[in-house]
Amino acid sequence: MEYEAVIGLEVHVQLKTKTKLFTDVAYRFGAGPNELTDEVVWALPGVLPVINREAVLKTIKAGLMFGCKIPELTKWDRKNYFYPDSPKNYQLSQYDMPLCVGGEVEIELPGKNASQMGEHRKVKLTRIHLEEDVGKLTHHVSDSLVDYNRAGVPLMEIVSEPDMHTAEEVFAYLNALKTCISFAGISDCDMEKGQMRADVNISVRRKGETKLGVKVEMKNMNSPSNVKDCVEYEIGRQIDCLTRGEPLVQETRRWDVQQGVTQSMRTKEMAHDYRYFPDPDLMPAKISASLVEKLRSELPEIPFDRQRRYMSDYSLPYSVTSVICHDRELCEFFEAALKAYSGNPKAVANFIANDLLRELSELSAAESETEGAEPEKASAGACGGAEGVSGRFAGCKMTPENLAGLVRVIDGGQISKQMAKEVFCQMFRSGETAESIIDSKGLRQNSDSSEIEKFCLDAMSNNQKAIDEYKAGNAKAINALIGPVMKQSKGKANPGMVLEILKKLIK
Amino acid sequence: MSGNIFYKSVAELEKMLDAGEISSEELTKEYISRTRSVDGKVQAQLSNYEDSALAAARASDARRAHGEKRGALDGIPVGLKDVLAVRGQKLTCASKMLENYVSPYTGTAMSKLEKAGAVFWGRLNLDEFAMGSSCENSAFKKTRNPWDLTRAPGGSSGGSAAAVAAGECACALGSDTGGSIRQPASFCGVVGVKPTYGLVSRFGLAAFASSLDQIGPFARTVEDAAILLGAIAGWDAKDSTSVKVDVPDYRASLSEGSLKGKVVGVPKEYFIEGIDQQVRAAVESGIDLCAKLGAEIRQISLPHTDLALPVYYIIATAEASSNLARYDGMRYTHRSARATDSTDLYFKSRAEGFGEEVKRRIILGSYVLSSGYYDAYYLRAQQVRTLIRADFGKAFEDVDVIVTPTSPTTAFKIGERASDPLSMYLSDIFTINVNLAGLPGLSVPCGFSSEGLPIGLQMIGRPFDEANLLSYAHAFERAAGICDRHPESSLL
Repeated sequence: MEYEAVIGLEVHVQLKTKTKLFTDVAYRFGAGPNELTDEVVWALPGVLPVINREAVLKTIKAGLMFGCKIPELTKWDRKNYFYPDSPKNYQLSQYDMPLCVGGEVEIELPGKNASQMGEHRKVKLTRIHLEEDVGKLTHHVSDSLVDYNRAGVPLMEIVSEPDMHTAEEVFAYLNALKTCISFAGISDCDMEKGQMRADVNISVRRKGETKLGVKVEMKNMNSPSNVKDCVEYEIGRQIDCLTRGEPLVQETRRWDVQQGVTQSMRTKEMAHDYRYFPDPDLMPAKISASLVEKLRSELPEIPFDRQRRYMSDYSLPYSVTSVICHDRELCEFFEAALKAYSGNPKAVANFIANDLLRELSELSAAESETEGAEPEKASAGACGGAEGVSGRFAGCKMTPENLAGLVRVIDGGQISKQMAKEVFCQMFRSGETAESIIDSKGLRQNSDSSEIEKFCLDAMSNNQKAIDEYKAGNAKAINALIGPVMKQSKGKANPGMVLEILKKLIK
Repeated sequence: MSGNIFYKSVAELEKMLDAGEISSEELTKEYISRTRSVDGKVQAQLSNYEDSALAAARASDARRAHGEKRGALDGIPVGLKDVLAVRGQKLTCASKMLENYVSPYTGTAMSKLEKAGAVFWGRLNLDEFAMGSSCENSAFKKTRNPWDLTRAPGGSSGGSAAAVAAGECACALGSDTGGSIRQPASFCGVVGVKPTYGLVSRFGLAAFASSLDQIGPFARTVEDAAILLGAIAGWDAKDSTSVKVDVPDYRASLSEGSLKGKVVGVPKEYFIEGIDQQVRAAVESGIDLCAKLGAEIRQISLPHTDLALPVYYIIATAEASSNLARYDGMRYTHRSARATDSTDLYFKSRAEGFGEEVKRRIILGSYVLSSGYYDAYYLRAQQVRTLIRADFGKAFEDVDVIVTPTSPTTAFKIGERASDPLSMYLSDIFTINVNLAGLPGLSVPCGFSSEGLPIGLQMIGRPFDEANLLSYAHAFERAAGICDRHPESSLL
């Protein structure tokens, strides 16, 4: 018997806004308990919510990136339930008039290997709406503590159709969401910081069947690869159950990272009655067509579109674009460097995908050991001005223009490729230009043909044997002459020129 | 003019303060001693802050001495219904749930009053969470009607109405969700104004029903009400339902307006059977007075009037059930000492903290919102609400102001309706439509019953047309000439 899994996701994304969704308390990660609260967050008597315009605009932008329709009218509803994580005992959400409707997310499945592009397909979305996050409870032996720092943080819920079938698709979907959303500066989508959370609904049915099987909801996964592992496991578990003839129950299960298994949290008793109704404290909002068009004009290029463009316009290999194009900062670095020097996009891209990335990760590894209490410090990074810079460029002193300068001097034959690697590292740390490092260290290649010719003649006069052997047809014999030339020029003689001049002189 | 300083209008007191005949500190002390002598009978106050009131009064005196008077309210003692948040003061909502709660912030209207130099004197009783029409639903005390201490002052802002009527403060703020300012104003013989929904910020008003609540003034005269309303009105960034409109100088526009040539609409649905004959007679002679002042009287119809009560009790309770969910025993409210776990804490804290009427409305509201009933109740009620609003919109195409009785009866006896919620609800039958339609309405005294109980006449205006509405009421009040009567005998 063949089975297929049907998977739909509800992904919650914390929006990167200056303040919370309904009050002007700032939000940042890592503050002390209940520091980021005010009378509105605590739901004291008499307080009222005021919608954060930035959050609305960012949600619409996300919708536009995924081709959602933006209805003209939207409203906020109260979802009523009693739980200590919700200070009002209702959550402000959107019930039947979400900000964004429909849409689809382009995903890329794994290719045969790292240098081959995988299959692309589109996952259908149901809707995207905006709601407020709730507080955080920590349970102890005799009591529970509540921290309302997170309460009221804007949360965008992206609901997909049950349109995926494999763990790979789910993984690719989460990555595509993360790439698009972080490109647009809407959120950093760091799952480990809780900025992106996924609830995964999985059911399994016999292949060919159109009715959906019994739905199981998965929770508690804090990275895309966690999600992937969990989905893989859960599909297997459900198929095993069906194969053994055991009935599946509708339930919520949690992923146990340590054991790599899913465990039942609760079975669906009676469906919760949230008594949704429109929040009378907030007016419905009209979203004008002109606002939508303005936001559309501000959208960044969709990452997959950018990748296709890099491959066709700059003839970059897939493997390089697949590194650069999922990272807004790298793309911006690349494009800024191209603006300064458009002669060799491939070399620029290679430096970014290899050297720059390596230096950045070494830097962040070193920094994470000394990281202070304020991780959200404003970035002074190379890609300044971009919304969504994470600050990891803070220690990088190299500007895109400097990188362009380096590639330019390589192309101009002024330094060897070997030396270029060394120069790159120094540029990254010091912020100096390639030229100034080459000059101060005296690394410039000697391309003065008369001087090189003098060195060559010297070498030839000391080694007649090599000349004879070369003339007799042993091409390798010329190497014995090159060595002394390089030595005499202190390694700076342009190796290509040395070879050419020697050949000419021997003839 | 009455000799008692505590019965003087804000306008008169302003003159005396300006002339140096009295200081704000002396005036505040007058109200403090007046409160001491009569509040044992009236029971209008739940708490007061004598030291901060006197400090505010002295600050006002200092401003006046330096020629820095901030306006008519500078140095005037104002009472506040105990649903209005002032930093450092209790905010009990007359509920055991909030018995010990002190607000850490000041709401917008109150902060505007502070900036205008007002002195806060007295936090005033109400029906718990503003749910009721008699003040009998207070968890703490039953306020008496100063005109007859065996009678209710009305509600829910009964404490505010009674305090102004008994001379415990110069004027006061209340809140009106279905008549909670106008009905007690009518019962206590004072002026009460429910502004257009959105004119006054609700930030700092403990919510009962968000789409109906408005803060508004109680005063001895229409002019005083105009002064007070002018000080608290205006758009507020902290209240998304407040509206960006220009706030005219209501007091200045009083003299410009008159009823001459205006069309007064009298809705036939408001003169129904069951209305007290003395109320009917007083309101009808009030209407005659409008005619004498040059108004044209026109009978109109507001056909959906009889649906207002059920619509109101669906919408108001639905919103209340959700608004009051935050009072849960977890953070700042009453917390049951008998709870066994967190779920039990909700149940017991709420069971102990809320009174009967509040529980009744939470249950009703939860029911009408629950899945399967939402469409039949809440959605339908909202649709009918649109019809009620349209009734008024159509009427105002032909008339400038609508005149009705404020309440079908004069003040009833304490205890008389307490066991019959439905008869209590009927007390608001003429006022709730105005909240459902979001219109401005006021109650102005128009006469007395044979028992000496005040009768109020309700005037309803176009949205944000408070300036005209107040000027009509001002003209009426001067012609009626009854605002000099005070309930002194019962208080001795």
